[in-house]
Amino acid sequence: MSREAILSAIRRGLRRGPLPPDQAAMLRGRIAAHPRHLIPARSRLPRAEQVALFVRNVEKEFGTVARLPDPSAVPGAIAEYLARQNLPPALVAAPHPDIAALPWADHPLLQVEHRAAREGDAVSLQHAFAGIAETGTLMFPSARERPTTLNLLPETEIVLLRASRIVGAYEEAWDLLRAENRDGRTGGFMPRNVMLVTGPSRSADIEQTLELGAHGPRRLHVLLVEDDPSARA
Amino acid sequence: MVHLTSPAFKANAARALSDAGLQKALARSKPQFQAKRAKAAAGLPEFEALRDIARDIKNHTLAHLDFYLEDYAAKVEAAGGTVHWCATAEDARAAVLRICRAAGARTVTKGKSMISEEIGINEHLEAHGITPVETDLGEYILQLRREPPSHIIGPAFHLNREDWEKSFRESHTDLPPDREFRERRDILAEARTLLRQKFLAADVGITGANFLIAETGSSVIVTNEGNGDLTQTLPRVHIVLASIEKVVPTLEDACVFLRLLARSATGQDFSVYTTFSTGIRRETDLDGPHEYHVVLLDNGRSNMVGTPFQDMLRCIRCAACMNHCPVYQSVGGHAYGWVYPGPMGSVLTPTLVGVEKAGHLPNASTFCGKCESVCPVKIPLPKLMRHWREREFERHLTPATTRFGLRFWAWFARRPTLYRWATRAAMATLGWAGRKRGAFAALPLAGGWTAGRDLPAPEGDTFMARYARQRREVRR
Amino acid sequence: MPEPRPRVALFVTCLVDLFRPTVGFAAIRLLEQAGCEVAVPMAQTCCGQPAFNSGDRATARDLARRVVDAFLPYDFTVVPSGSCGGMIARHIPTLFEDDPAYRGKAERLAAKTHELVSFLRDVRGMERVEAAYHGTATYHDSCSGLREMGVKAQPRALLASVAGLSLVEMAEPETCCGFGGTFCVKYPEISLRMASDKTKDIASTGADTLLAGDMGCLLNIAGRLRREGSTVRVRHVAEVLAGMTDSVPPIGAARE
Repeated sequence: MSREAILSAIRRGLRRGPLPPDQAAMLRGRIAAHPRHLIPARSRLPRAEQVALFVRNVEKEFGTVARLPDPSAVPGAIAEYLARQNLPPALVAAPHPDIAALPWADHPLLQVEHRAAREGDAVSLQHAFAGIAETGTLMFPSARERPTTLNLLPETEIVLLRASRIVGAYEEAWDLLRAENRDGRTGGFMPRNVMLVTGPSRSADIEQTLELGAHGPRRLHVLLVEDDPSARA
Repeated sequence: MVHLTSPAFKANAARALSDAGLQKALARSKPQFQAKRAKAAAGLPEFEALRDIARDIKNHTLAHLDFYLEDYAAKVEAAGGTVHWCATAEDARAAVLRICRAAGARTVTKGKSMISEEIGINEHLEAHGITPVETDLGEYILQLRREPPSHIIGPAFHLNREDWEKSFRESHTDLPPDREFRERRDILAEARTLLRQKFLAADVGITGANFLIAETGSSVIVTNEGNGDLTQTLPRVHIVLASIEKVVPTLEDACVFLRLLARSATGQDFSVYTTFSTGIRRETDLDGPHEYHVVLLDNGRSNMVGTPFQDMLRCIRCAACMNHCPVYQSVGGHAYGWVYPGPMGSVLTPTLVGVEKAGHLPNASTFCGKCESVCPVKIPLPKLMRHWREREFERHLTPATTRFGLRFWAWFARRPTLYRWATRAAMATLGWAGRKRGAFAALPLAGGWTAGRDLPAPEGDTFMARYARQRREVRR
Repeated sequence: MPEPRPRVALFVTCLVDLFRPTVGFAAIRLLEQAGCEVAVPMAQTCCGQPAFNSGDRATARDLARRVVDAFLPYDFTVVPSGSCGGMIARHIPTLFEDDPAYRGKAERLAAKTHELVSFLRDVRGMERVEAAYHGTATYHDSCSGLREMGVKAQPRALLASVAGLSLVEMAEPETCCGFGGTFCVKYPEISLRMASDKTKDIASTGADTLLAGDMGCLLNIAGRLRREGSTVRVRHVAEVLAGMTDSVPPIGAARE
């Protein structure tokens, strides 16, 4: 059988048999402890500067950011953004409690459907689990309330992110996920899919010239809700 | 499968050097790749330290590869996935076909995967009535043109805009033939629209993997277009093609490589989409595949463990080596004649197809060392190419003229007195013959040198002769 | 009491010995200016690099043993070439993995082996030279010198003290010229292409002189420049630093 053939070829190369139990236990210990390595200093900043770094990095990667004082401003900001982009006032939104709780009724002209995305959807509103300042990256762990297709199918993706959910480095985001997420199938923390998204989709395959909107969204707009007093600029 | 033309490297290279379109593409891409990587590396003060850490993590993983692979596989299965251990390319092709058939698949979308080129899965599926569709923009046009990739991250970098337009007009015959491509964006838009339909229609999606994570049983893909994510999210079945050396222990370990990968490859700080896939759609999920298969390929890699070539298993396929290689930048990727071009290919290809077929590749290097200096996991590529030359020499694969020349010269070099006498006579002759012009435009037995450059004439005396003479004069 | 003068063995290198003896004499003059006592071990021929890079380990090891025996007795070994210097300082010890006795000796020799210009500057602390050269020069960083021996700033620093000389940089001074030992005759077309890229880069600087620290690169670049009909003068950096440019015409230039 291939599995045994491959494993024994590796062990032959390593000049040993299967790993002795004590060594295997040590490696399991390493996995359980998942020690951090060198983390770049660039994101180790006071909160306000960390958030500013996040915003700067999103913009550097061709995303846009609007900073909003509180969640109630979100529907208005969306209506305004869509009008500015000449897009119809319709969107498909993640069925997330934070999004459901927004005062949609204040903007009756906005058509909002809370579901996964389908072909033909022009605009999505997605819920970010965390933002990572290091590179302006958004973390989207898949869940019933955070369908993956919202990150992929529409040409325009709008993202709701609370400022309190911005961390410095990738490792901090993984620790948030470890602490907060339980997967029904494995009992671990990893959901089926975690997307780390940094800016809108792009390709440089044609003559090494960057074009936005290859297969995924052409626009990525982050609505940053200021729920963290220490993070305000 | 990519047709092996490595034995014809010299002819391939000659053709490449006179291919105007390729040379135009190389001239365009080289300064970009190099400047962007340099800027990205300089922008992260910890970059050099991370290279050492990355090397050490891979070395640790390879020293316990059996353990981490078994641990990884167990986690995949706990998340509802299936691992197909494949010792050979043939095993992997059979596994993919089995999964596709069981899914009743007619169309398969594909994200970018070098393993898929290595095992030749497209031809295999086509031969069995299943249509594979490449969805990475570069891979897509190569599929239309029936060409292999020429670069591991910019597969179609060798094409120019006019090639794209021509291929699209010839292949997309349902569209109005007189349509205009005013900008590159128009080419992209046409591909986006056509491929979107393929994503939606596909029964199976095949992606590669940049990393496999033992801690969580996740496969990781790193892309910019989003095609890999559509490929693995929309169809009912997701197949991951990955080779055994892709495994790393934890997410924290993966973070080190992720900080190096995009910076080394495209000069981005981070690619647009870095996606971790772990098993099948959960009961409450609204999207995602119902089946998740990992086709785990060995194909000769396990035999590299414990040999000097084990270092090569650290490779994360960033392409920095080829982007900085003056040989690759002269002849492009197709000249190397198989899946993996450039310095990493010159080490890996002989392991996978045999040094008797790929012997040119490790020889076609000046050992300038630039590849090693930019490698994010510090693979000693020149040293490994030299190892291949040693194996060729041991197996008498080195050309007879080289062997004879070496033996002749070494015979003299072992006899200093004779060596000095002989070289003195030879240089006196050459120096005298070249005194007027100062250089030779042609010389017997030096055709390789003088075909395109002169040979500067020696001064005439050897240093040793002149030095001995001076010493004698001083003593007198 | 003055510091004792270190005993330095000059490893001349085949190409200097055969093609450009003046470089050897320039090296001696510079080493003496730097307060060294210079010896030229007569048993030397070649460091074995051609065999090493062709995969012939046995021959390379045989020649390496002779180098180790001839040079180990001195305080330092200095080489007017990054490539041969790299062979002795980086590669020769790896040839004796199964021979602990020689491995130790080879490592000791490696530790005290230096490329000429970096030795003058880094080990002997030479700050300036008494030399003059009329011209604008551009300096090519030879691959082994740069990446194996750390030669980059030293030649530029010393050249800055040469009266009348100004230095301009190429766009890609660190890109290989295409010599590569046997590479240049095994893959002449690729080698030529790389050499032409180099000469284009040299031309675009407007410099009238090309300097480098390795005869392999210099013969290759001079040969290509000559074929192109260029008037750029090509010299080993040691000739300029030692003020010996009057004693011999540039590499590849007519003598009569």
